[in-house]
Amino acid sequence: MSHTVGHEPILGKFPGLEWDEEAGALVVPAAQAAKIATWLRDNDAFLLDYCSNVTGVDYLEREIKEKVTNEAGKTETVIRIEPSRMDIVYHLYSMQKQTGPLVLKQRTNREQPEVESLTPVWRSCELQEREVYDLFGVNFMGHPDQRRILMWDEFEGHPMRKDYTEPFDYEWEPTPHDEVLERHQRGKVIV
Amino acid sequence: MSSPTATAPNYELIQQDGLETSLLEVSMGPHHPSTHGVFRMDVKLDGETVVDLQPVFGYLHRNHEKLAENMSYLASMPFTDRLDYFNSMTNNWAYALAAEKLVEIEVPERAEYLRVIMAELTRLVNHISLVGFFINDLGALGTPLLYAFREREKIMDLFEQASGARMMCNYFRFGGLRNDVPEGWLDRTREVVDRFPDFLDEYEKLLCENEIILSRTQGVGCLSRDLAISAGITGPMLRASGVNYDIRKVDQYGIYNRFKFRVPYTDDDVGDCYDRFMIRMLEMRESIEILKQALRDIPGGDIIGKAPKIFKPKPAEAYARVEGPKGELGFYLIADGTPKPYRYRVRPPSLINLTVLRDMCLSQKIADAVVILGSIDIVLGEVDR
Repeated sequence: MSHTVGHEPILGKFPGLEWDEEAGALVVPAAQAAKIATWLRDNDAFLLDYCSNVTGVDYLEREIKEKVTNEAGKTETVIRIEPSRMDIVYHLYSMQKQTGPLVLKQRTNREQPEVESLTPVWRSCELQEREVYDLFGVNFMGHPDQRRILMWDEFEGHPMRKDYTEPFDYEWEPTPHDEVLERHQRGKVIV
Repeated sequence: MSSPTATAPNYELIQQDGLETSLLEVSMGPHHPSTHGVFRMDVKLDGETVVDLQPVFGYLHRNHEKLAENMSYLASMPFTDRLDYFNSMTNNWAYALAAEKLVEIEVPERAEYLRVIMAELTRLVNHISLVGFFINDLGALGTPLLYAFREREKIMDLFEQASGARMMCNYFRFGGLRNDVPEGWLDRTREVVDRFPDFLDEYEKLLCENEIILSRTQGVGCLSRDLAISAGITGPMLRASGVNYDIRKVDQYGIYNRFKFRVPYTDDDVGDCYDRFMIRMLEMRESIEILKQALRDIPGGDIIGKAPKIFKPKPAEAYARVEGPKGELGFYLIADGTPKPYRYRVRPPSLINLTVLRDMCLSQKIADAVVILGSIDIVLGEVDR
């Protein structure tokens, strides 16, 4: 069995690092991601030389109902509002030590999401970060080749976002003609 | 188009007196026999030498992940068949593993053995058809591929008898398998497995020392160990570059710790097309070893554990991975307490193995680019999802 990587020694090394107990992930402050990633890759205790999976997770603002015991000893339901956010998740393994995974998360806002690219640290992030940019609209600073990968270049919007709705006249052709051209010009669906 | 990832080598066009030369841009694909699907390579050529190459994806994109996020957990099981349509059994397994991590379900012994048997049969199917297609890409049109497909068909028949479908098997369930195998299936499988080495001997005799294959593949498309690790290459391609890393050994998911098998890998730092081809030939022998042990030891009993009727995991995250025939296939699930996954992500080995396509093709010949692409082993259903 591969051994999981202990996170305790990492927490003390960098200020601002947090451990998300529920998700079992290390939450990295956005400005330091590349620095911490390089350290994790090169430090002899970890040698996380292999970044397996990169993906984004879009969280909308949501209400969470919690039961809290108040001062009088009665339980009451409190509504807590969890703000929206965007997570970029990295699953790291070590091929040399055969350990893993360590889950790394970069957390950012979902209006203008911007994080540091880890492609300079692990080449395997290259296509996957492009995919996150394409489907989630996250801007990776320092990515060598950030452009759409699965959707076509003229596509508007980012389909994996939770609030994405497809346009009602959804049909696309590179050279519209006949019915589709008509629809483009009128901008609505012929029923 | 913005700048490419790795800088192209310094390059000067040959200028001859009275003759103007220029780079030739070729768009290989999306419909090209060598791309095994709808995949395009924008290649810049000087004569026959590749100076620059850009892979273009997305022709088969159907946003599998978004689909899965809008349906129940079990409902996306048949969709995982369509990712890598050669290996539907291993796709099923990876997804079932991830879901079993969210809700702890014990898998019965017989189901675990059948899962291993199905996965290893799948590996045989994948590797044998890959080798066939690879020889096809080298220019031996048809005949070697049909030899391979003749054997593949025998295993496809076994799949059909067990699951009802040749390719889209949809055979795994959370906590076990959909149905038990029919009577006599294990005997028929033993027969196929026992005869398979004869075919491999014949195939190896025909191919492995063939002079044309040697000259077309040796020293072509080299991939160094460091780049392979950094670029997240997995599967036979990684082991051909000299890294001993097999998830069956590292994670020992399922019951792989009970079987004796070896992991073939090269001990040098070359990793050319011939290595990738040979690693697959050797892996098939090891798969047969596993199959023989599994078919010998398989017990009777239930084939599905106590899975909840309505699959509704508590909020949690899970990442499960298996050693698919093409590399590490991973599923990342986030549950939020509803019957639908909040986030569903596939880690596709085919796409990530393509990261180094450009690095391997630069300053090779255009005909070799076809061979290199063939040796990576991609399926576009998985690349584009």
